[in-house]
Amino acid sequence: MMSLSHPTWNWFSTMPIMPELFLAFSAIALLMLGVFQKTPSAFRIGIAAIVATLCTAGFVGYINFPRMTVLNNMVVVDSFARHFKFLILGGFFFALCLSLSDLKEKVFNRFEIPVIMMISTLGMLLMVSANNLLSLYVSLELQSLALYVLAAVRRDHVSSSEAGLKYFILGALSSGLLLFGMSLIYGYVGSIDFDVLSYTFLQNQGSLSVGVIFGIAFILAGLSFKISAVPFHMWAPDVYQGAPHFITSFFAIVPKIAAFGLLIRILAGPFAPAIAEWSQIILFLSIASMVVGAFAGIAQNDVKRLLAYSSIGNMGYALMGLLSGTPESLASTILYLTIYMIATAGTFGLFLMIYNNDSSESPMSKLSGLSKQHPLMAYGFAILLFSVAGIPPFAGFFGKLFLFQSVVEGGFIITAVIGVLASVVSAYYYIRLIKIMFFDEPQSEIAVHLCTARVFVTSLSLFITILFILFPNYLLHHSLIAAQNLFGS
Amino acid sequence: MSLPILTILILLPLLGAAFILLTRACDTSSRWIALGTSLVTGVLSLALLVGFDKTSADFQFVEQYNWLPSMGISYHIGVDGISLFFVVLSAILTPVCVLASWNSVTKRVREYMVAFLILDTLMIGTFAALDAVLFYVFFEAVLIPMFLIIGVWGGARRVYASFKFFLYTLLGSVLMLVALLYMYLQVGTTDIPTLMSATFPIDVQKLLWLAFFASFAVKMPMWPVHTWLPDAHVEAPTAGSVILAGVLLKMGGYGFLRFSLPMLPDATEYFIPLVFALSVIAIIYTSLVALVQSDMKKLIAYSSVAHMGFVTMGIFTLNQQGVDGAIFQMISHGIISAALFLCVGVVYDRLHTRDIEKYGGIAKNMPVYAAIFMIFTMGSVGLPGTSGFVGEFLSLLGAFQASTVVATFASLGVVLGAAYMLFLYRKVAFGPSTNPEAAAMEDVNVREYGYFLPLIILVLWLGVAPNYVLDRIGPSVQKLVSDYHSELSINLIPTADALPVPTQEPVTPATNVMIKQLEETP
Repeated sequence: MMSLSHPTWNWFSTMPIMPELFLAFSAIALLMLGVFQKTPSAFRIGIAAIVATLCTAGFVGYINFPRMTVLNNMVVVDSFARHFKFLILGGFFFALCLSLSDLKEKVFNRFEIPVIMMISTLGMLLMVSANNLLSLYVSLELQSLALYVLAAVRRDHVSSSEAGLKYFILGALSSGLLLFGMSLIYGYVGSIDFDVLSYTFLQNQGSLSVGVIFGIAFILAGLSFKISAVPFHMWAPDVYQGAPHFITSFFAIVPKIAAFGLLIRILAGPFAPAIAEWSQIILFLSIASMVVGAFAGIAQNDVKRLLAYSSIGNMGYALMGLLSGTPESLASTILYLTIYMIATAGTFGLFLMIYNNDSSESPMSKLSGLSKQHPLMAYGFAILLFSVAGIPPFAGFFGKLFLFQSVVEGGFIITAVIGVLASVVSAYYYIRLIKIMFFDEPQSEIAVHLCTARVFVTSLSLFITILFILFPNYLLHHSLIAAQNLFGS
Repeated sequence: MSLPILTILILLPLLGAAFILLTRACDTSSRWIALGTSLVTGVLSLALLVGFDKTSADFQFVEQYNWLPSMGISYHIGVDGISLFFVVLSAILTPVCVLASWNSVTKRVREYMVAFLILDTLMIGTFAALDAVLFYVFFEAVLIPMFLIIGVWGGARRVYASFKFFLYTLLGSVLMLVALLYMYLQVGTTDIPTLMSATFPIDVQKLLWLAFFASFAVKMPMWPVHTWLPDAHVEAPTAGSVILAGVLLKMGGYGFLRFSLPMLPDATEYFIPLVFALSVIAIIYTSLVALVQSDMKKLIAYSSVAHMGFVTMGIFTLNQQGVDGAIFQMISHGIISAALFLCVGVVYDRLHTRDIEKYGGIAKNMPVYAAIFMIFTMGSVGLPGTSGFVGEFLSLLGAFQASTVVATFASLGVVLGAAYMLFLYRKVAFGPSTNPEAAAMEDVNVREYGYFLPLIILVLWLGVAPNYVLDRIGPSVQKLVSDYHSELSINLIPTADALPVPTQEPVTPATNVMIKQLEETP
């Protein structure tokens, strides 16, 4: 109300959100550029978007506050947000690099694609900085609406339109749940500010009213949709499969880490005093996601659907790290997500090299005998899959190690056992892919579409995945700093 | 403490693998590079034997560097009497494997050699690791090259066999990981020597023990989780079977000795009857199964399960002779079963079948081969004078002290073992030569001599002079056994007098007497 004419507002006070402002302005500028360029070239806009992303990351690195709120306490900038912004921008950088060669194709030569991706990323950056249910909702919708458009970007193609529509309808449903939860919280607490919520919950710890608990449950349901946790996962396989390949890679790499950042922020922030209430919900979501992700993946014959189930399972593992709510356990979750994101970027890099943009289908059989024709790619693929399956000595194993350590530390030993058993089941479909690449005979000549950006992303991802064992401390340390920041000291 | 010899042993094969990959060596040169690196590793590992102080039960050649200091995880390696010979065994068997695959592997040679070199690194690392996480990393990473070796270069049902191998072993290991994490959280470090001195409540111990058991029993493999082994052996290429039987199975036994016994003594005591029962079943049941096999590799695979039954029995007798015998049996089985698989490989290379019926009377055209095969058959049977005898004898001796019933049943296995091995040998080497192709096979060539000769020497040398090994194992085993019994009596003070106390017996003299007897045996 009074915020619009706040007396102390000036340019300097918006400094902490400079990265977001910069990204927003560059998105608009690129949109203009796209409209007015003589020969339409999405590729050029894509390159510019990469530059803008890197500059934004530079700003994020430059602005280093322990904690600061802006825009009338709507947005908070702290080390946690900073860490997640780096991850999001890094993921976006990977996704943009992977899209570059597709943007040259005739069907995808639309300058809007990189711009919409940028706007979605802008929403994600704001998401992890949200300090108010309203800013949370607005930023979440900003990124989601952009994602719906991206899913349907190939509007002349039935499966892409279907994916977009499905995503939109289910997304709208989840937004409804989210809003309903928020209104319950507002009704029972009388505020939507995270700091006020946190204070009120702390005062009434153990005696929260049923309305608030329902509110928390609805908000968690809405957010689980965004991270595709079971039972809100139905959209993921269809959207992954239906969207064009390079859009799927964007979906797989970036939005989940942002939604998870948001989830961590509200669970370790305002909802932290209600841990007894929400930990059961998270426990269920986590176990259900791990089990469904493991078992449903077995029957898949489409690589993208398989990767969707793999991501559902992995979200289940990451959720497990939230259970105990300590800084160390959150740090292990963040590290797990980081490693998973990097491996996903590499996996999709290789995926795009093989499937390029042939259709929305990605039958596994196309991979058969890959190791005979393109051994380097096959070994890269195998390493990333072994890593995601959690087999040492690759990074994914360490992610799981730290995660399970925090889960066991929190006393959730049965959950940990279910988790490791699910990881054995899911190992089946990872090694099934490896079997197709290594043990099967090639059916036909596999054409690969190498381009510098794809090779770069894949090599970087492989490099980190393989060499993580030598330098595990760096990422662990930074994840811990980010997590500790949420706890005030 | 000047040269970090264990680290060199671990890294050398890896460097060889990297060299093959980076130089994009052709088939022949990758064979030579792999042979060279693994030979150097093998020879270097002998330096461990020379430098090893046999009077000490402590860890030697210890190296420790920070790795994950915030979690108390370090790069900590070293060997004691228990692990020493496994490191050497791994290092020696790898060049043998490279030689054995020289001509029989013709497709994707470069990758094959790289896989074996990486496997070499991982095996040495597993036995040298003194940090539980480091151990787990090596232990589990072995799955990757082995999965590819079985799957890419294996036989007809290789996909099935490789999946079974991978998933069985993974299932066991992940449970161990949870147990390790729990222990880490109680103790605050994953350092194995520190974990050994920690004590856990007995109820917790039982669960932890079962988790470790899940991993090691599958790896060993013990009945009834052994079914992956025959499949994996039959489908793997010869060298894959050699490494599998020679080294990978020993990781299970080694795990029992390194983790279950010293860290969870009360639970071990509690579960002894279970292990004895499973061991006896393994010895008798799988021996009977071996008797009816028509596939040579399958027969030897089942015999491995039976022999590993002796090992688990020996380990859980928890007296000096039993554990000495178990370790000796593992080393000896590592050589003999590896050699037997090589023997199968030799005829398989020539006739491309493993069906026992297809052979017969090959002693006529392959006299040298028949003689070599005979030596290893006798070793497997446990004929005095071969290394197989010492291991079986000692573990039975230990078992008799622990339980007469178990030892009696296990002794049956010795008879059955002789039955199926001699049956195999008679069918293959003697009898009428029905198959003209088998009768036309050529005898052992120079390359095959090259890898059989060291193994023959080892089998006979260990058979007549076992104290070279036993002296070095002895102190560590003595420490293990005495620590076990002392920790046990601390934890169970109320029932301490109800326990059988075989510890106070002067164990070393008994061993010495026995060793003298063994030496007198021709």
